[in-house]
Amino acid sequence: MNIVVLVKQVPDTESLVQIAADGVSIRKEDVKWIMNPYDELAVEEALRIREARGGTVTVVSLGGARVQETIRTALAMGADKGVHIQDPAAEGGDAPATARILAAALKTIPFDLILCGQRGVDEDNGQVGPAVAERLGIPHLALVVKVELLDGRVRGHRLVEGGTVVVEAPLPALITTQRGLNEPRYASLPGIMKAKKKPLEVKTLADLGVDPATVGAAGRKILVQALKLPPTRKAVRMITGETPEAVAAELVRVLHDEARLI
Amino acid sequence: MADGIVAVTEQREGKFRKVSYEAVSEGRRLADALGTKLTAVVMGSGVQGLASELAAFGADRVLVLDDPELADFRVEAYTEALTQALAAEPPAVVLFGATVQGKDLAARFAARQDAGLAMDCTAIHLQDGALVFTRPMFGGKILAEVKIAGSPQIAAVRPNVMRIERRPREAAVETPALSLGAIPTTVVEQRLDASGRIELSEADIIVSGGRGTGGNFAPIEELAAALGAAVGASRSAVDEGWRKHSDQVGQTGKVVSPTLYIACGISGAIQHLAGMSSSKVIVAINKDPEAPIFSKADYGVVGDMFQILPKLTEAVKALKG
Repeated sequence: MNIVVLVKQVPDTESLVQIAADGVSIRKEDVKWIMNPYDELAVEEALRIREARGGTVTVVSLGGARVQETIRTALAMGADKGVHIQDPAAEGGDAPATARILAAALKTIPFDLILCGQRGVDEDNGQVGPAVAERLGIPHLALVVKVELLDGRVRGHRLVEGGTVVVEAPLPALITTQRGLNEPRYASLPGIMKAKKKPLEVKTLADLGVDPATVGAAGRKILVQALKLPPTRKAVRMITGETPEAVAAELVRVLHDEARLI
Repeated sequence: MADGIVAVTEQREGKFRKVSYEAVSEGRRLADALGTKLTAVVMGSGVQGLASELAAFGADRVLVLDDPELADFRVEAYTEALTQALAAEPPAVVLFGATVQGKDLAARFAARQDAGLAMDCTAIHLQDGALVFTRPMFGGKILAEVKIAGSPQIAAVRPNVMRIERRPREAAVETPALSLGAIPTTVVEQRLDASGRIELSEADIIVSGGRGTGGNFAPIEELAAALGAAVGASRSAVDEGWRKHSDQVGQTGKVVSPTLYIACGISGAIQHLAGMSSSKVIVAINKDPEAPIFSKADYGVVGDMFQILPKLTEAVKALKG
């Protein structure tokens, strides 16, 4: 089975995000970059499927030179090969542009199953997976916490509000991964050593036949006017009292009488 | 020329999700601001009877997409139905509720239209004749204000944010013919909680617990029950296996916007603070007076949650009689 995993490099979720001087992008200097946590689930699931059924796991990522660290991380976890799409004209793109490029890349890679995180924890779009599937004309199952492969079909347990829905689709299909699917492995030291020798192909937009005018900053449909920090709150008001009863009574009084929330 | 606003609603077993009223109400406000008409869309099987309800929230027209193939949500079928129904009169703006289903449908529909989609918006306003969509990114650490080039402009609105307004009027109800063809996916099973538990992303009040619970969420559950609130958890509580992943609030879990968020025994990791920062009022209860959570809270209590919460639950019960 040929499995392709789409991964994205994002700023570490434990770090602060700062707005760049242009006011419409984030500061990229001094940022710790990690593999999008939802994509780690996708890599792990791909490896488990390969371990159970055989096949190849190819990791595809779009971005500048530093993205290769993330691809190498996936290779160190056990993926077989990497494809890095790097082109200055692809920089500054939005979700539709990313999907356009990834879908073009997937036309050059054989696949039965595509896995990717349900959203990037940077822009929180949750659009690329479904948009890639739409462009390829294949079904997608979003927010999957359990994958079952049947003969020529895939069954995904999807997490929805208040429950789970089990949906089945014919292969090839795309699955977006949700927390709960698995616990991603760490790259082992031998894995890291081996990853250095694994094939990592670099492709440009021309290689993929993508018109540069339709992607990158030039092709954006989502035009950022401004980035802002969330409004700051007034200083915290501490609720005190002699006993837990007194504290509780005062808190309820404040929430009921002043804030009118309960 | 694309014209008009469309609000796509979501129903489960014949009942609209609350965010559907929010999306229709927001659609009404935008239609008024832009001097255009609002169309509400109902999708499902045997949902004809639901159309009239949406006129109360200001729809000029209700499109009922009623087909046995739409009985259960399957994104391909819903995308195809919506595409067919809107093809005759292409709208300028399409709104969805940013639920699991709404986000999935919005993403696939936008890709089919090759249109821009602002996901999980918390505000939409008109600026110099153009719509500006506000959407949190990085789990709420940053707010982006974006315009959308091309048409239609698509947005999914975050539950619990847009104001619901009753604006009754006469609405024309139309049932366009659909031809959905073969849909490749099948729904095998649905296991939906019938207990009436309040969904985190739609809850007005959330009581959340973290490492300070030591795994004992009973006092949090009891307070939540007294308040009619949903229960949330920090990432560390989820990582410890004390709560399900679906309860997690934060950048790698759910980003929530309740009117009241009560954080108990949560110190306040950056990614958790981001995920609940758009709550209207935040109460923090923590033993450690230096905990970062207090820097984001409106009201703070320094103390042992196991002593405070039971008393709080009693006081809430007494208040509610």
